[in-house]
Amino acid sequence: MAEIVLDGVSKRFPDGFEAVKDMDLEINDGEFMILVGPSGCGKSTALRMIAGLEDITEGELRIGDRVVNELAPKDRDIAMVFQNYALYPHMTVRENMAFPLKLADVPKEETDRKVEEAARILDLQQHLDRRPANLSGGQRQRVAMGRAIVRDPSAFLMDEPLSNLDAKLRVQMRTEVARIQSNLGTTTVYVTHDQTEAMTLGDRVAVMRTGVLQQVGSPGELYSDPANLFVAGFIGSPAMNFMPARIESGRVKLPIGDLPVPSGAGATDGGAVIAGIRPESFEDASLVGPDVRSRGSTFRTKIDLVESMGSENYAYFQVESEGMQSQQLDELAQDAGTAEVPSSGEGQVVARLDATSQIQRGDETELWVDATKLHLFDPQSGQSLGAARQPVAAGAA
Amino acid sequence: MERGSREYALWSIGLLLVLLFALIPVLWIISLSLKTPATITEGTSFWDRFIPQDVTFDNYTTLFEGGLDDSPFIAPLINSILIALITTVIAIVLAAFAAYAIARLDFPGKALILAGALAIAMFPAISTVGPLFDMWRALGLYDTYPGLIIPYLTFSLPLAIYTLVAFFREIPWDLEYAAAVDGATPFQAFRKVIVPLAAPGVFTAAILVFIFAWNDFLFAISLTSSDASRTVPAALAFFTGESQFTQPTGNIAAAAVIVTVPIIIFVLFFQRRIVAGLTAGAVKG
Repeated sequence: MAEIVLDGVSKRFPDGFEAVKDMDLEINDGEFMILVGPSGCGKSTALRMIAGLEDITEGELRIGDRVVNELAPKDRDIAMVFQNYALYPHMTVRENMAFPLKLADVPKEETDRKVEEAARILDLQQHLDRRPANLSGGQRQRVAMGRAIVRDPSAFLMDEPLSNLDAKLRVQMRTEVARIQSNLGTTTVYVTHDQTEAMTLGDRVAVMRTGVLQQVGSPGELYSDPANLFVAGFIGSPAMNFMPARIESGRVKLPIGDLPVPSGAGATDGGAVIAGIRPESFEDASLVGPDVRSRGSTFRTKIDLVESMGSENYAYFQVESEGMQSQQLDELAQDAGTAEVPSSGEGQVVARLDATSQIQRGDETELWVDATKLHLFDPQSGQSLGAARQPVAAGAA
Repeated sequence: MERGSREYALWSIGLLLVLLFALIPVLWIISLSLKTPATITEGTSFWDRFIPQDVTFDNYTTLFEGGLDDSPFIAPLINSILIALITTVIAIVLAAFAAYAIARLDFPGKALILAGALAIAMFPAISTVGPLFDMWRALGLYDTYPGLIIPYLTFSLPLAIYTLVAFFREIPWDLEYAAAVDGATPFQAFRKVIVPLAAPGVFTAAILVFIFAWNDFLFAISLTSSDASRTVPAALAFFTGESQFTQPTGNIAAAAVIVTVPIIIFVLFFQRRIVAGLTAGAVKG
C-alpha cells in the first residue's frame, strides 16, 4: 500500500523525442488511477517509468516515502500486468504465479498457500498444473493477474491488460479487475486507450495527449466538465459534436440557431468560439416535455441517417462548420482514423434520441438541444471557457 | 483412388528415394567394415559386392587391439570426443552471452561485431593453416588440445552466435520486463527465463558446433603430430594394413562406422529437446 507521486517527470529518448513532458500526478493510496489517451500519447511510457523499465530523464518519482528514480524494478515493490500477459511459457500456471515469490526466497509452504489463495480468487484452481499454451486468452489474463496478486505489492501497474481479449470477455474481465482491486485495496495504475474502460474502472482518470497531461479527475468530472477540446472529444461515446460559433449580445450563434451563453462561461461578446454539444444533449423535439423544453431550444434539420441501437437511436445531420480550425480537433480526428470530427466545411453531427422516436432517415424534422449542456472552447488554445463548469470536487488536481 | 492416399503414396515413394540416396554410402561402408581383407574386392554383381559373403567383426576388434598404448584408434577416439565436447561447451557459453547482448542491447560497434563474425565464418580455413602451424609451434600449442580447440572456436562461434541471435530475437521483450518486475536480477532473468526458452536454439547451435569440430580434417591433420591430440579423421589417414601390401580398407571402414555413431546419438539425444513452438503461449500471438 502506497501512494505514487510523479513530480515533474519527463522522458526524453536518445533520438530527442520527448514522450512524457513534465508530468505531475499524485496517485493516492488505494486509488484506481487510469492513464488514458490515444496511442503515442506517452501513457505507456509513463507507466514503464513507474515500473522502472524506462529511465526517468527529469523529475522525481516517489512510491510511498521513497524516491525510486534510481531503483531497479525488483526493488520498487510493484507488480505489473502486461498487455500480452508475458507469461513464462516453460512454467506451469503454478510456477508462473510462484515465480516472484521464489525469487524473493519466500518459504515453500507460504508460497503454496499464497498461490492457492490467488488461484481461488481468480478461479484458476483446476488449471494450476497446465501450461500457458494450453489456456484460453481469458485464463492467461487471469494468470497474469495472479502473478501480480501473490506478491501483495504496494502497487499494481497494468498496461492495457484487457485489450487482447474479445469484446464479451473484456466486459466480463473489466468487472473482475474492478472487483479484485476494490477487494485488495491496492494502489493501481491502469493504462488504456479505451475510454469506456477509463470511465468505468477508475476512481480518477488522467487524460494524456502528446506526452502532456491534459486533465485529471473523476470520470464524471471529465465527462461533464472537460478542460479542453481534446478531453471533450476523447471522453464520451459517440464523441462530442463540435461546431463553430460566435458570441453576440449575450447569445451563442450556432449553425443550428441561437442559444443563451451558459452561466459562468468566460466568453466575451463578438468572439469566435468552438461549441461542443454531446449527442445525448439532443432529443427529438416531439418527445420533450414542456417543463424541460424551456432549458433549450428547438431547430429544424434534415436527418441523413438513423442508426437504431434498440435502446436508443443515433440520428446524423449536417451543419455548416466553415472556418473551424483547431490542432486538438485534428489530432482527435487522426486518432479516430476518420474525419469524424468536423474540421472544415460541412460537419456531421450525431444526436442520441430516445428509442421511441419516430424520426426516419431523410425526414425534415425538429430537434431539441439542451442549452445548459453547451460547452464552449477557445478556438486558439482549445481551453474550455468554463461553460457548464461544476464545482471542482475534492481530490481533483 | 482417393486423392489423399494417392498423395500419401507419392510422398512415401519420394521420401524412400531420398533416404536410399542418403543411406547407400553408409550401408556400403558398413558392408565394407564387415568383410575380411581377402574378400573386399570379391564379387562381380552389385549384390555380390554389397552383401558380405562371410561376415566378420575382425575389423572392429583389431581397432581396439593393444589397448590405449598400441591401438591406433582408441587414443584418437578419446581425443575426438574430448576436443569436440570442450569446443561445444565453450562455444555455447560464449555464444549465448554474445548473442544475448547482440539481440538485446544497443552498443557501439554491434554491426561491426556481427559483420566481423560473418567474415570470419566465411574465411577459407586453408589460408589460416600455414600461419597457425608456425604460430602454434612458437607458442607451444602445436599438437595440444588447445591447439585444435582455439581454431575450432574461431570458426564455429560465428555460426553459433548467428543461430542464437535468431532464437533470442524470437523471445518477447516483455518476458524479461515481467521477470524484472517479478524481482529477478538481469542475470536471473537470463538464466531462468531466457535460456530455458532459447533451449531449442542452444541445442541447435550445440549440434552444429559439435559436428563441425568432430568432422574437421584440415586442422586436425595440420596441427597435430601424435596421439597426444590427433583426432579420428586425421588418425584414419595413418592406419596401416597388416603388411606393407595390404590396404587397411576394412579397418578404415570400421573406424568410420564407429565415429558416425556418436554423431547419431548426439543428434537423436538433442533432437528430442528441439521442440518447435516451445515459446507458444508466452504472449498472445
